Amino acid sequence: MKRAHNIAVAVLVLIFAASLFAGLIAPAPYASQFRDFVSASASHRFWLGTDDLGRDRWSRLLYGTRISLLLAPAAALLSTLLAVLIGGIAGYAGGWWDRVIARVIDLFLSLPWLFLFLIVRALLPLNTSPLTSVIVTFTVMGLVGWAPAARIIRAGAQSLRHSDLVLHARACGCRGLRLVLVHIAPNLRPVIFAQFWIAIPTFILGEASLGLIGLGVAEPLPSWGNLLRELANPQAVAGNPWVLAPLAVLVIVVSCFQLLLPNKEFSS
Amino acid sequence: MWIRRIARHGAAFLLTTLIAGLLGATLVRFGPGFETDEQQLDPRLNVQSIQALHASHAPERNVLAFYIQYLRNVATGDLGVSRSLARPVASLLSERAGVTLQLIGAGIAAGWILGLALALPAVWFRAPLYDLACTALGGAFLCVPTAVLGLLLFFANGPVRFAIALLIFPKVFRHARNLLTDAYNQPHVLAARARGLSAARIFLRHVTPWAAPQLLALAGVSFGIAFGAAIPIEVLCDLPGLGQLAWKAALARDLPVLVSLTIIIAAFTQLTNAASDLAIAACAPERA
Repeated sequence: MKRAHNIAVAVLVLIFAASLFAGLIAPAPYASQFRDFVSASASHRFWLGTDDLGRDRWSRLLYGTRISLLLAPAAALLSTLLAVLIGGIAGYAGGWWDRVIARVIDLFLSLPWLFLFLIVRALLPLNTSPLTSVIVTFTVMGLVGWAPAARIIRAGAQSLRHSDLVLHARACGCRGLRLVLVHIAPNLRPVIFAQFWIAIPTFILGEASLGLIGLGVAEPLPSWGNLLRELANPQAVAGNPWVLAPLAVLVIVVSCFQLLLPNKEFSS
Repeated sequence: MWIRRIARHGAAFLLTTLIAGLLGATLVRFGPGFETDEQQLDPRLNVQSIQALHASHAPERNVLAFYIQYLRNVATGDLGVSRSLARPVASLLSERAGVTLQLIGAGIAAGWILGLALALPAVWFRAPLYDLACTALGGAFLCVPTAVLGLLLFFANGPVRFAIALLIFPKVFRHARNLLTDAYNQPHVLAARARGLSAARIFLRHVTPWAAPQLLALAGVSFGIAFGAAIPIEVLCDLPGLGQLAWKAALARDLPVLVSLTIIIAAFTQLTNAASDLAIAACAPERA
């Protein structure tokens, strides 16, 4: 298991580094068109061939990986912060706060995540600049994906509130923010970290699903989601197996994140 | 006790569903481009016609008034008319619900059967290699977007609904295997084994009742997971279900359709969760 963990870390570091240095590694900018080589097969010049607009797939994969790999953790961080704030307040304050927040969490959980995301994303302008679309996509993911984590953090905060250590700290005169920051937050850290880690592959897959239905990152900016749109054309897939390269990278990265999931007791 | 429990679930169900509908309406109302309409781009329309189209959104401007009026109409069975598809929402929903229910129902059923069928031998025979193979297989399917699985099955002329099964089964497998392993390690199961009870009797009388409540809880959330997966599958595979309708309505900012869909989905998810809670209460009152 330890070896599998090490391999997963090594693969993630390698892919992350390759995407980070995409500007140096990629043979062409992601939007450059080679109009004489439209839908070209894999070759020495174009390692993964070109798409139907003549853009180098390998370059687009590198840049797309950078976007998905940098922004999914950012969205996960946003959703985890929201979950800590909302779940933490509910669990620590108890009483009416807890009941109201628990209903809000139930409300968000009663709507499938992708449905909620679909409504919110589609309501925002679709004809935005590519950069805005990236920010909007991942910000909305972070804003609507906090509920499952908040429920778990709320439970953790609740059990800590009634724990001996908090009782002892209170008896010693520790109150308010100090109690939260010194005694509760450090004990919640493993749960919070686990929720953050779980959210990353969820958001990567979420962006891929949205990209597939045309609501993800806008062209010409590449992301795993819009690179996978080529799969919607069966002829392209049958003749060019390298179209599947973004899918392979996505599967490898998500598998690595799954392998590196922290202790299961904090995950569910 | 039971009446109180059902009343509590009923009140929570009603409140959450109503707030979900209001949330959906508010999101659509305050989304940019709410009052824009594709018809307004028609060059044949004169200024008066465009103004009339613009004015037709007037009842929807005050979101609370719209929602109260909407709920009044719902009480009489009228869900309004779709703006983008120009058809009564009720008929759109009834036409498409069957496709989605079939897709989700078959997917959930197949996922549960597959998950349990793989989990039981893993617990009974405790073969590490088999366990590793099943975990790896399940993990692999969890790493692929369900929409891609659906597309691949669609192109291979396979059953698209199986894509949902491939999403559900790893979760069922992992959960059931852990639960059943815990159940077989319980002192009362060890005692039953020591007294020479048959394997079938131990499984049916002592293991299943212990594991059932948590399995039922997972069954309750399966619907939400499956519906989330059904949206991109229906869009990409051109299946005329509720997921595809949600996608079209969201793109067209179709308020009546989106509010109705939000209420229906929230209600259905709440119902499945409440049903699983009540089933847990019935089979293990101490854990409910």
